[in-house]
Amino acid sequence: MMMNMVQAINSALANEMEADDSVMVLGEDVGTVGGVFRVTDGLLGRFGADRVIDTPLAESLIAGMATGMAMAGLRPVAEMQFMGFSYLAMSMIISHTARMRNRSRGTYTVPMVLRMPYGAGVKALEHHSESTEAMYVQVPGLKVVVPSTPREAKGLLISSIRDPDPVVFLEPTRSYRLFKEEVEDGPFTIPLGEARTVQEGDDVTVVGWGAMMPLVQEAVEAAEGDGTSCEIIDLRTLSPMDSDAVVRSVQRTGRVVIVQEAPMTCGVAAELMARINKKAFLSLEAPPERVTAPDITVPLPKGEKYYYISPDRIYDAIVRTVSF
Amino acid sequence: MWAFRELAGLLWRGLPLDRYYLGWMGNEEGNRYDPGLRITPPAIPVASQYAYAVGLAYASRYRKEEAVTVAFTGDGGTSEGDFHESLNAAGVFKLPIVFVVQNNQWAISVPRSRQTASETIAQKAVAYGIRGIQVDGNDILAMYAASKEAVEVARSGGGPTLIEAYTYRLGDHTTSDDARRYRLTAEAKKWEARDPLVRTMKLLYARGVLDDKGTETIWEEARQAVEDAVSAAESAPPPSLEDVFQYTFEDLPPSLAEQLDALRGERQ
Repeated sequence: MMMNMVQAINSALANEMEADDSVMVLGEDVGTVGGVFRVTDGLLGRFGADRVIDTPLAESLIAGMATGMAMAGLRPVAEMQFMGFSYLAMSMIISHTARMRNRSRGTYTVPMVLRMPYGAGVKALEHHSESTEAMYVQVPGLKVVVPSTPREAKGLLISSIRDPDPVVFLEPTRSYRLFKEEVEDGPFTIPLGEARTVQEGDDVTVVGWGAMMPLVQEAVEAAEGDGTSCEIIDLRTLSPMDSDAVVRSVQRTGRVVIVQEAPMTCGVAAELMARINKKAFLSLEAPPERVTAPDITVPLPKGEKYYYISPDRIYDAIVRTVSF
Repeated sequence: MWAFRELAGLLWRGLPLDRYYLGWMGNEEGNRYDPGLRITPPAIPVASQYAYAVGLAYASRYRKEEAVTVAFTGDGGTSEGDFHESLNAAGVFKLPIVFVVQNNQWAISVPRSRQTASETIAQKAVAYGIRGIQVDGNDILAMYAASKEAVEVARSGGGPTLIEAYTYRLGDHTTSDDARRYRLTAEAKKWEARDPLVRTMKLLYARGVLDDKGTETIWEEARQAVEDAVSAAESAPPPSLEDVFQYTFEDLPPSLAEQLDALRGERQ
């Protein structure tokens, strides 16, 4: 069936809830109204209020409650209404969700998913455009997943729900209804921790994830018009990071551009560059490039163009790298 | 779900004392509890465990189990946001849970009057629409009665209870604390007479259940148990390099396996 990302995520949740009564959904507005983006639309009617839980407006409680449910053997999928509100829950996520397995020597595990819409480019209020994924990548014990297409979202979410460890699942708000693609109605999985080669190429490797992928695609099309052969990699799991897939590609192309929506310093791109420098140093024909936001607060919509990455900036970086 | 001053409850529950010591000696193995004991490991950020207590209670009700979740914190913990969020949610979902606040008057150096302007901690329950009771926390029988009732209410679908156990921290906060810097020794002295152990002993003497000989035996057994537990904990092996990695995830991801391998070849 043709689905946009919202429908694909909804379909993943419905499949998993159907198959396993330990899968539950909780968060602010996820029940009656089906979530502010309608991602959980219809689930309350199908699975009942015990499993589709409208919680009080309290992010730390939502993350903590899901943690306790998971410790007891359930598989909760908790929603943070926006990534910017997850900061209220970070203490819980860092202190308990991520560490319970280690602290208890495996007596308690936390097989839960924390879904959150993230990202700018949607002309939203303050706190509604964050992409601070690196903060979560820094936390031992957490997995961080970012899908870029509807089908990817469904397969990765089902894997995340079935995963024995806590997963932060970042949904690119901008891509929620950007396009539709063919997605299987039934359940299927896409493994966590494996990057996806979107297209093969010889001259430069372009790496991105989440909402950056359509922009990468656009920039690459322009570069290919100039005769530059580009390999595109969708990192899709930021933790654990499949840097080896990128390293193997760079060993072949000798050039890399990493596109990261988030601010520059200590971002995922920085870690990826460090690993490329260590493992593909002698293959490099040009310094690794990164296209990122500046280290500033996301501007409100009127100033967003100075912050949000354009396909032109990615194209320019590709040209710079190839002509180095 | 203990905070960090609930040793008696843990022992009653069946936690071996050497495991408890091992944890405080700096070895996570001390937190490897028999799952059948249904004890969660210590939560150092005060009252933060209240949030996952709500989840545990929700899960046991969903599974139609008889279990009741009992979560402890102190007077300082009642100032934390998680205390509020959790009591509020437990009330909304009417969960089988008992919140026990050991109000021992001092959160390290800060007195109870600095935690809240409320006259009692128990009265906070009113705002959450749940049961609340203030109990003489140094009266073992009163605490038993209040706890039993709270558990029965929770089990029969009556929702959560907040128990304020009114007590006093006789000692320093930790071995590195010096309570003389912030409170009068006379204040602590006054409370010594109300020590729950002393009071219970008096009661048992008055009822003829216990005498000097019995007391001596108890002390001797306790001394021996502590000595045995300390030596067992001290002789436990330290964790290996693999041990400190292997509980991060169920399976070691490649990048973490690489870090482990690299460390094996380096000087520690």
